Amino acid sequence: MSNFGNYEEQVKNFSWLLSEQELGYRPGQPINIGWYCADRICQQGKSDKVALIWEGFSGEKKIYTYDDLRRYSNTFARFLTDSGIRAGDRVCLFMDRVPELYIGFVGILKTGAIAQPLFSAFGEDSLFVRLENAQTSAIFTQRKHVAKIRKIRDRLPYLQHIFIVDHDGRSPLQEREEAFSMEGLGGVEHYDIYPTYAESPSVLHYTSGTTGMPKGVQHVHYSLISQYISAKWVLDLTDDDIYWCTADPGWVTGTSYGIIAPFALGVTQCVLDSGFSAEAWYRFIEKNKITVWYSAPTAIRSLMKAGDEVIKKFNLSSLRHLASVGEPLNPEAVNWSIRVFGKPFHDTYWQTETGCILISNFPGMPVKPGSMGRPFPGITATILNPNTYEPYPQPGKIGLIGIKPGWPSMMRGYWKNEEAYKNKFRNGWYLTGDRARQDSDGYFWFVGRDDDIINTAGHLVSPFEVESALLEHQAVAESAVVSKPDPINMEVVKAFVTLKPGYVASKDIELEIMNFIRKKLSPLAMPQEIEFVSTLPKTRSGKIMRRILHAREWGEEAGDTSTLEND
Amino acid sequence: MDELKEVIKNYVTDEYLEPDSDPIDYDTPLISGGIVDSFSMVSLKRFLENKYHIQIPDDKATPEAFDSVNKIAELVREFVKD
Repeated sequence: MSNFGNYEEQVKNFSWLLSEQELGYRPGQPINIGWYCADRICQQGKSDKVALIWEGFSGEKKIYTYDDLRRYSNTFARFLTDSGIRAGDRVCLFMDRVPELYIGFVGILKTGAIAQPLFSAFGEDSLFVRLENAQTSAIFTQRKHVAKIRKIRDRLPYLQHIFIVDHDGRSPLQEREEAFSMEGLGGVEHYDIYPTYAESPSVLHYTSGTTGMPKGVQHVHYSLISQYISAKWVLDLTDDDIYWCTADPGWVTGTSYGIIAPFALGVTQCVLDSGFSAEAWYRFIEKNKITVWYSAPTAIRSLMKAGDEVIKKFNLSSLRHLASVGEPLNPEAVNWSIRVFGKPFHDTYWQTETGCILISNFPGMPVKPGSMGRPFPGITATILNPNTYEPYPQPGKIGLIGIKPGWPSMMRGYWKNEEAYKNKFRNGWYLTGDRARQDSDGYFWFVGRDDDIINTAGHLVSPFEVESALLEHQAVAESAVVSKPDPINMEVVKAFVTLKPGYVASKDIELEIMNFIRKKLSPLAMPQEIEFVSTLPKTRSGKIMRRILHAREWGEEAGDTSTLEND
Repeated sequence: MDELKEVIKNYVTDEYLEPDSDPIDYDTPLISGGIVDSFSMVSLKRFLENKYHIQIPDDKATPEAFDSVNKIAELVREFVKD
């Protein structure tokens, strides 16, 4: 029997009060996610329970109990407070998946400051725009990543502190840099946790927009109410589980369901700080007897590609519940998991802006392979007519996924971008930007994005951001960036480029431009293919028509081309 | 000294390592060690194909085959004509 029980019953009786009551939260009282993730679990008598099992790529292993999590997060909090960080300040975590990332996140929240995790593979430009926009005060990083910060710090006057968590003294610290050793400082027994309230800001995650630069999605401490109950019901987490969320905390899954929810539930979770390898992943599951596994379609398809033989080398019988997020999970992947693991991956749907799972295949409910599932209790999801923004009265129509605002973990705004926030709502609905249809059983089926955003391996990439960076390359005259289909990553970035006079298209220049983008933005944003063209399709007013290039890549009709220049 | 391995090692060092990173050797785990991710692997594969005028099929370009300089050199040798 799952935590969730019967879908219809839960929908009928649901109130967010259920979650508030389980967490012992009363409206109007302080609520601090940091306290809920560590101190509360200790107060429940679980101080000695393992909170985090961490393993590095070389096999190095570290184990932290809930009391360790409590005391070391106090160490972070005390250190930040002593460094002058105050409630509301933005503190960035720019690290690989080391223990300090997870514990530091909890520690930042305890101070009332806003945690701003950023993916450690970001290049200096991606890092710069996010730190500049947030006016970030402090950043925790590792030696291996500090060079990227050094290149941009002079343009970041608000960035007062660069804390290096693994400084070994081999090279001298530079301006604004300071060594911070969590274990060297030792656990701090007492820290007065800042009394944040429901609407106090907690986490700032950046997401790509179709136009303009990335937007900071602002969440609040009350988000815990959604994250806690959705993890309990959708991921079916119980006290005895050993849980592995493969997402990086640089992205929202890695914080909502890779830090906040499992710790608030008092679950033991595992982290593997390693690049992808099917054998390493299966070994990790076997070794740690993982019971609940939350992963992503790209990873699942990569495991499929690695073949079934490798699975036979390992005992994976500990697995009891599998879930997936990031992109639509194709039916083949669901059927493969039933065949090789004896159970399906349950697809879940949500976004950085939503903070928690909105639509899901629930434990105990029939999984329709390829479907996103049904709305979480308390969530009103519908398919909107894209012209009127009214819900379609009958199932089966393709339209926009709209959500009725008001769930606890809904974003409270885009950082310093009120206009973009307002544009996410029409006719009383939050617009996800995704297109889907709903069947007569109430299951949602993903169709595609409603904009030019590229979803590669579950991460959103803005074509605008890549095009802007391409123009900084000395050889590039013009560019247009679109997605192209990919069997593993669903979509990858493809760039169409015209070269400046004096430059000739070649394999070498293609590679040079690819690496240029990889280092400036991130490996995700790097075009996997560059097609050199003599001209780009444009409207008569000179606007590049990405739509035509996108249609060509996907073998679709280009639609209305009446405004096309030279047509 | 193996010239092929040196070329690969130098390219990885120049392109994928930050200045203060620990140096790599022929056995340093590149993919599982997080130095080269699956997206960056595409540009590394492209470099090898351009440099040695070869085509590495996608089914051979696995994370395991790219996990160290030694393994990459072994893969490249499969396709380089004597």
